[in-house]
Amino acid sequence: MIGGDATLELRVKKTVGAFNLDLDVAAPLGAAVGLVGHSGSGKSTLLACIAGHLRPDAGRIALAGRVLFDSERRIEVRPAQRHVGLVFQEALLFPHMSVRANLLYGARGCDARLIAHVVDVLGLSTLLQRRTGALSGGERQRIALGRALLARPQLLLLDEPLASLDAARRDAALQLLADLAESAGMSMVYVSHAPNEVARLTKQIIRLAGGRILAPAECSEHLASA
Amino acid sequence: MSLVDTLGLSPFEVEALALTLRTAILAVALTLPLAVLVGWLLARRRFFGHGFLNAVVHLPLVLPPVVVGYLLLVLLGRNGPIGAPLEDMFGLRLVFSTAGVIVACAVVGFPLFVRAVRQAAEATDDRLEQVARSLGSGDLRVFATVTLPLMAPGVLAGATLAFARAVGEFGATITFAANIPGVTQTLPLALYTVIQSPGGEAAARRLCVLSILLAAAALALSEWLARRGARNARR
Repeated sequence: MIGGDATLELRVKKTVGAFNLDLDVAAPLGAAVGLVGHSGSGKSTLLACIAGHLRPDAGRIALAGRVLFDSERRIEVRPAQRHVGLVFQEALLFPHMSVRANLLYGARGCDARLIAHVVDVLGLSTLLQRRTGALSGGERQRIALGRALLARPQLLLLDEPLASLDAARRDAALQLLADLAESAGMSMVYVSHAPNEVARLTKQIIRLAGGRILAPAECSEHLASA
Repeated sequence: MSLVDTLGLSPFEVEALALTLRTAILAVALTLPLAVLVGWLLARRRFFGHGFLNAVVHLPLVLPPVVVGYLLLVLLGRNGPIGAPLEDMFGLRLVFSTAGVIVACAVVGFPLFVRAVRQAAEATDDRLEQVARSLGSGDLRVFATVTLPLMAPGVLAGATLAFARAVGEFGATITFAANIPGVTQTLPLALYTVIQSPGGEAAARRLCVLSILLAAAALALSEWLARRGARNARR
């Protein structure tokens, strides 16, 4: 998975209303990358561009050398073909499906052992036959995470995935993500407005403010004022 | 058929009832794919002509039904720009025929159908579709496995409303398809006919009760489906 060019290359210009996202950064793959910034700093816009749900005005997005978007070469890979997973703050389970059907939605051709492993690690075995309506926030989020993992994405985008969990659950989930990043060599971009949470997961942190990347010197100031 | 016995319906009235149900169900079934497509397009896509399409779809809702019937007569009549080729090529004659009743019912019910579908599409969280795509599903599979099931209660509610509207359709039908017993004489037309004839009060009362029962059942079903849809969307 980690080829010779094992970076996530992000060169993105995007204007949404009065907001300008303009950044150029390459993050190493194979572990977690933190993306930190206040709400309105452009985190979610950037994720939508990577996932392919929003088209940048200009730029290039490449995942380990595989071009997902290039405005000059007019390349735009469809979201379904990007192998980029997505977990939002709300679990966004499919409400008309059982937990099992949710988990297996993107798991076509998936090894049964991997399914069993993910179900086991996320503690989902007792939930499989349930409908999604009566689950707790933590249960829902664990299912959403399992669903994303079983689609075996090359890159997993996590948009404040733990915000709806209580502190204890959040710690456990963070540990699980850290383990996954390390053991599976699973690349992820972890978005949060809480720098402490991200710091527990990774040392590679991109800080966004007003649609731009903050230089390291600016970061301490920005964090101090946060 | 116990309802027939309870109300003491005559063969003439049973015929009108059967014709009404048949034409209304066919009108809804035939417009269903188009209503789903147009309702979804209006809710989810911005394109050139969006406002125009919206206006055209809603026109039959605000136009007097007689005007709708007259326009159908002009367009689909034996010498009309659409009616003439239909008859030449397929031998299909819509005016003064049961097929014409179905067309009239479909046209007047269509706006209600589309509105319900559109509301259902707007109430569906489009991030669910984004998640489905990120899990590797192409547009068609996303539509079939996520969008459509989530819109289904709204689609059914729209179908029921369109059915109720079709059952009550009078002006466009009598203008375009005329009032021919057994061919185009639906319940409202039959009611109109017996009111015009001396000694028709008893028949008029029976047809009136029948119309109210049908409309109330359809409305109740539509309300129930809409509430169920709202509950689904909140979950």
